[in-house]
Amino acid sequence: MKALCWQGVNELSVENVPDPRVINDQDAIVKVGLTTTCGSDLHLLGGYIPAMRAGDVIGHEFLGEIVEVGPEVRRHKVGDRVVVTSFIGCGRCWYCENDLWSACDNSNTNPAIGEMLYGRAPGGIYGYSHAMGEYKGSHAQYVRVPFADFGAFSVPDEVSDLDALFCSDAAPTGWMGAELGGVKPGDVVAVWGCGAVGQVAARAAMLLGAERVIAIDRYPERLTMTERHVGAETIDYTRTDVIAELLERSGGRGPDVCIEAVGMEAHSAGPHHLYDKVKQRMGLELDRPVAVREAIYACRKGGSVFVLGVFAGLVDKFPLGAIMNKGLTFRAAQQHGQRYVPRLLDLVSRGELRLAHMATHTMPLYEAPRGYDLFKNKKDGCVRAVFRPWA
Amino acid sequence: MKRAVLGAAALGGAGVGAWRWLSSRRTTARTRRAASRWLVVTVNRRPDEVVPGGRLPEPLARLGDAVEVRVREAPGGRGTELAARPLAPVPTGVTEVLARLGGEDPRQAVRRALRESRCLVETGEVLRADKTVTTRPTPAGRLVDLAVERAGGEGRL
Ligand SMILES: NC(=O)c1ccc[n+]([C@@H]2O[C@H](COP(=O)([O-])OP(=O)(O)OC[C@H]3O[C@@H](n4cnc5c(N)ncnc54)[C@H](O)[C@@H]3O)[C@@H](O)[C@H]2O)c1
Ligand SMILES: [Zn+2]
Ligand SMILES: [Zn+2]
Repeated sequence: MKALCWQGVNELSVENVPDPRVINDQDAIVKVGLTTTCGSDLHLLGGYIPAMRAGDVIGHEFLGEIVEVGPEVRRHKVGDRVVVTSFIGCGRCWYCENDLWSACDNSNTNPAIGEMLYGRAPGGIYGYSHAMGEYKGSHAQYVRVPFADFGAFSVPDEVSDLDALFCSDAAPTGWMGAELGGVKPGDVVAVWGCGAVGQVAARAAMLLGAERVIAIDRYPERLTMTERHVGAETIDYTRTDVIAELLERSGGRGPDVCIEAVGMEAHSAGPHHLYDKVKQRMGLELDRPVAVREAIYACRKGGSVFVLGVFAGLVDKFPLGAIMNKGLTFRAAQQHGQRYVPRLLDLVSRGELRLAHMATHTMPLYEAPRGYDLFKNKKDGCVRAVFRPWA
Repeated sequence: MKRAVLGAAALGGAGVGAWRWLSSRRTTARTRRAASRWLVVTVNRRPDEVVPGGRLPEPLARLGDAVEVRVREAPGGRGTELAARPLAPVPTGVTEVLARLGGEDPRQAVRRALRESRCLVETGEVLRADKTVTTRPTPAGRLVDLAVERAGGEGRL
């Protein structure tokens, strides 16, 4: 089959790779209909995620049709149109049972790497480095879905492919930031990043009753899209002092909940950006936490900060003093998708959550390297490049 | 050249982990302690489901007399703590490093058996990885290969 392979830092190519097959009895094989770029892939491309090997098939946010099931798959049959969560959860370990799906104890087939890096291993995910298990990604014609009863969700007829696609990863991630960030009616919520993840986080905050939602980015087309499709206010951080602006818009208190949806390659205009970038390149600091720092600083006393952006290792100049002295709650997670997908599909089918607009560029899989160029460099207003492996 | 440097940077995190793993074994007291330490997983099932009638889960049973096993209920309804350690003396110091790199440290088999036992008891099967192949062997890639080959038996478990 055809698949998009990581070949090295900033190097991608479409290759012929062996078709996946059912290995475990609870596996399903999904014929991929749509598969999208995600901000997390940019960290892989940039070489910031450890344990990548030339030839690894990337991609983890996808939708398709089940074409084969193992003998122990109970809830799905051949022909089902399904969206699959990016993290693989067994559904029966303590973490899955407690809705912490991305921390599944059984889905990461290479636990030692995560244990060495983090003390404990995160769960497995498709196409996201050998540290997160040995799984081929979804930028391919077929993908093997382990524990299919738990990771694959049938899509209601009234929900379009493009809307359902983002229920795999971007939408549950954004939703998780608002929900586990503790957004309550009347809150002022600030969201850093107007990519797909940030846009959904902003929308989720509104649906959870926030009084005011303010999203921050620098790309005019993303800011406009967030205003139009999400209904949030925006701030262009290159044109104003974000913290002063947030204070002014929140009665001098600071936002109640601050959600970071930017990640370890955050951009900033200030001199510390250069400092972070140099240190990151020298391997002295793995991640650039610009937006995290700002979120912590902006947050009101006793408020909460939720980090959705992916970080891989160490950060520098982490404002622990602000967290401690303001009494903040600081939380982060890889997405617990299985917890949110049914609700998200329902919100989409009722028209309360719109997602398809984020697919600004749709193209055949063989054009995926161009898609990543558009997405990475935010060219031509690209918010997400979506691939059709069978086109 | 640039690519090689960046590749090494990408593996920097893993490098730190490996270094700590090797260097944390320097003091002999710690080493002796580590050699006799129980390796433990918590299984999200009651003890009578983990070891029905005293029968060990198959991956652990396969190690036979090579290991001693301890089972106890986990606090707070968290299931069962399943602990094991090899009976044979565990290599220490330089021999340990070589044994671990060569995949011959007896604790590697124990870690693997514990992980597989947990997966089997909780889910009914032992999850297997996709078979992935490289398109181009590189030094960084070979390091990943080694890490992957040992991953089931290594780590902090
Ligand atoms: N936690 C999870 O499970 C999970 C899942 C999916 C994605 N993610 C992560 O979420 C992040 C966003 O993903 P995405 O797909 O939306 O990516 P994206 O690249 O499309 O969006 C990131 C946005 O952040 C903006 N940005 C950069 N620096 C900023 C700053 N200092 N202040 C405000 N905005 C800034 C960029 O302009 C961009 O629009 C990534 O780090 C990704 O890895 C996490
Ligand atoms: Zn993602
Ligand atoms: Zn699990």
